[in-house]
Amino acid sequence: MLTLLFFARLRELAGTARLEIDDLPLPLPLTELTTQLRARNPVLAEVLTVGRPLRAALNQQMVAHDSVQVMVHDGDELAFFPPVTGG
Amino acid sequence: MSALQPPVVRVQAAPFDPGTELNAFAQGDFGIGAVAAFVGLVRDLNLDHDVVALHLEHYPGMTERALEDIAAQAAQRWSLARCLVIHRYGDLLPADPIVMVLCASAHRGDAFAACEFVMDFLKTQAPFWKRETTPEGPRWVDARASDDMAAARWQAGRAHE
Repeated sequence: MLTLLFFARLRELAGTARLEIDDLPLPLPLTELTTQLRARNPVLAEVLTVGRPLRAALNQQMVAHDSVQVMVHDGDELAFFPPVTGG
Repeated sequence: MSALQPPVVRVQAAPFDPGTELNAFAQGDFGIGAVAAFVGLVRDLNLDHDVVALHLEHYPGMTERALEDIAAQAAQRWSLARCLVIHRYGDLLPADPIVMVLCASAHRGDAFAACEFVMDFLKTQAPFWKRETTPEGPRWVDARASDDMAAARWQAGRAHE
């Protein structure tokens, strides 16, 4: 199972802070996973729109969301959010 | 030479008093000759002077890890005796302290540089998001390109070393 988390504007767009998905053929490269998520339903397609300023964290570590080297495994926690604005 | 204490990170909804934190920070270590302090305050303006309140969302768990990682990098890079990072989340008002970074060292150079480094990376790496309350309704704050550039210069130019 993969746990997806959304924060800030993306959480509002998704209509939820958390989604659990158990029918994806993991492991997958993050880019491929994102493509498959977009194809799943119109809401995820909107949240993960190509060209939107997007940041991702895999198991609470910031990763490049467009990296083909980042692999997502079963049991992982994957978060999507806008560029951060703390401080 | 002061021994390095592990950096301390506090992510909290409760207000904090910068003066109290500063006074307590270097106590007990007479090898500390310099304390650099940064305090960030909530402003009433972003696009306009109309911000009446600020809500700060964060990613519990990752926030603490990200701040601890940034403080640890600073402690590796400069000679620090102590480092403290406090960041609030939840509901804040204009003029409230939102973030405080304290770095202590034997001499000012390390303390100044480490303090600025922590703030520059906090701005681009720590998972916080600001939502302003205005008379027209809530508004998410957009990230600034200048913050990305401020963090990048530590890699490119090795500034202040």
